[in-house]
Amino acid sequence: MKIKMNRKTPGDIAFDVINGIILTLYMIVLLYPLLNTVAISFNDGTDALRGGIYLWPRMFTWKNYITVLQKSTMITAAKVTVARTVIGTLSSTLVTSLLAYVLSRREFLFRRQLSLLYVITMYVNGGLVPILLLYKNLGLTNSFWVYIIPGMVSAFNMLVMRTYINGIPASLSESAEIDGAGHMTIFFKIILPLCMPVIATISLFTAVYQWNSWFDAMLYNRMSDNLTTLQYELMKLLNSVTNNNATAETMKNSTGQVTPASIRAAATVVTSLPILCLYPFLQRYFVAGLTIGGVKE
Amino acid sequence: MGDIMKEQQSAAVVRLSKDKHRSSLKKQLKNQRTLILLSIPFVIYAIIFCYIPLGGWLMAFEKYKAKDGIFHSKWVGLQNFTKLFSDDIFLKVIRNTLAMGIINLVLGTVLAILFAVLLNEVRLILAKKFVQTVSYLPHFLSPIIVTGIVFDVLSMEHGIINQVLIALHIIPKAVNFLAEPKYFWWIVGLTNAWKETGWNSIIYLAAITSINPDLYEAASIDGAGRLSKIWHVTLPGLKPTILILLIMNVGNVLNVGFELQYILGNGLVQSVSQTIDIYVLKYGIGQNNFSLGTAAGIFKSAVSIILIVVSNQVAKRLGEEHLF
Repeated sequence: MKIKMNRKTPGDIAFDVINGIILTLYMIVLLYPLLNTVAISFNDGTDALRGGIYLWPRMFTWKNYITVLQKSTMITAAKVTVARTVIGTLSSTLVTSLLAYVLSRREFLFRRQLSLLYVITMYVNGGLVPILLLYKNLGLTNSFWVYIIPGMVSAFNMLVMRTYINGIPASLSESAEIDGAGHMTIFFKIILPLCMPVIATISLFTAVYQWNSWFDAMLYNRMSDNLTTLQYELMKLLNSVTNNNATAETMKNSTGQVTPASIRAAATVVTSLPILCLYPFLQRYFVAGLTIGGVKE
Repeated sequence: MGDIMKEQQSAAVVRLSKDKHRSSLKKQLKNQRTLILLSIPFVIYAIIFCYIPLGGWLMAFEKYKAKDGIFHSKWVGLQNFTKLFSDDIFLKVIRNTLAMGIINLVLGTVLAILFAVLLNEVRLILAKKFVQTVSYLPHFLSPIIVTGIVFDVLSMEHGIINQVLIALHIIPKAVNFLAEPKYFWWIVGLTNAWKETGWNSIIYLAAITSINPDLYEAASIDGAGRLSKIWHVTLPGLKPTILILLIMNVGNVLNVGFELQYILGNGLVQSVSQTIDIYVLKYGIGQNNFSLGTAAGIFKSAVSIILIVVSNQVAKRLGEEHLF
């Protein structure tokens, strides 16, 4: 019976060939725009305007990268983005885990109420205008902390984490309790170390969100140039590319070899490289994490 | 989800009766004290950042003026809502949001399932791993970068789409896709599909691996080919997952993304590109009409909640998986 199953019929072979073609086409559609951006980022800006650059630069240059890395706004933006990603991810992961732990304790009297308080926030929110007013009143506008504090507790991540904690054998924390360990000891010494896979998942989600943010920079910190983020700078670059007048002006001002389009290509590569290098190694964690939650983003 | 709750409850009952024997009442109270102390900051946090903004909904029923504040501005009842629904722009905005939401939902679901099923049929482990890893890649790119890519590939001068379509003689000369209202919704839908198909397929792939292998074996014995196994075993096995994700995503249908429409939406296509979020930003915050912006936000929340409750009820009627 085994042999019969493994033997390939002509229909099977045809299926494999067609499937292979479809998936190859899909890979090309996914990868071509990205590889094209990399090629343009290494090509002379003025030359690139002639078109015809596909997967390989025609006039190789480092100039676009040098221009990007020397721009003072880009350096400020990079510092802010790294700071918000590191601080935001660490604080959010820690605080969300702590809430998940509290809500995983079955003996806790107010477990249901506290849980409901956060689950509701997944479906209802005040909307842009009341939130903007609140942040203004709290002094969070034109402040770095608007990147950190409002998103600190994520109800979704908390649910994923709690499901995971509930799967840890209760005997582990029970035996620690008998030994006289308090909640903080159990949380830090037993629960957190055992939750590393799900913590990796949550941290990745948070870090990607922080790294890619721009809307909060535009809405709350527009007046503070020293609080700009990489993606907000990239958006400004994108706007200047689509605006032809700006293109002509920048070209006159610069040495004539870089254009907003070529700078944007270099900035795109620089800003996406860190995450693109990281995610393949975290793949097994986020796949597991998404499946634990039983729900998606 | 209902099952998890039941399990937890029965586990809690078992544990409670155990606890009575094991630890003294005094220790139990001490335990509770720490938990209660720990939860106080979380309660305060939720109230400030989630529930106070809900109080801001009052603005939608007032003629809000910054100098009077929420509590002293003039009460106007439903006037802001009637204004909203007699505004031609807002009606178009609702239509655009729904249209893009539905296109996103259908394309997103169908393509993710298709990709998961096709990838599951790949026998070469290494090729399968590679395709899977690459398929997640666009999910990690920022929306700004993705929008930039859309500009590049659709560009009239050197955009690859125009070049390929001309080479295949599908179009005679380059088309300015971003200036034509009839293409806009599909550009948004296909871009979202490009970005999220791989990511969305994760859960379907996981669901496929949990289908009982005996079913495939039985189908082979009955002489089923690959396609008929997909049709009669894989897809029925995916049905509960598809339904539960559909219910969740229907509630999200108005969250159609923001960046693409905001940046791609030039004057030529703004009658089809503006969404509720853009309306709130442009006419609410941009023109300092906070009451109108809040009213539009409330409308969006209300529709989302109605959609999720209704789709959940439908699933319940059909006797299928449901959320609550």
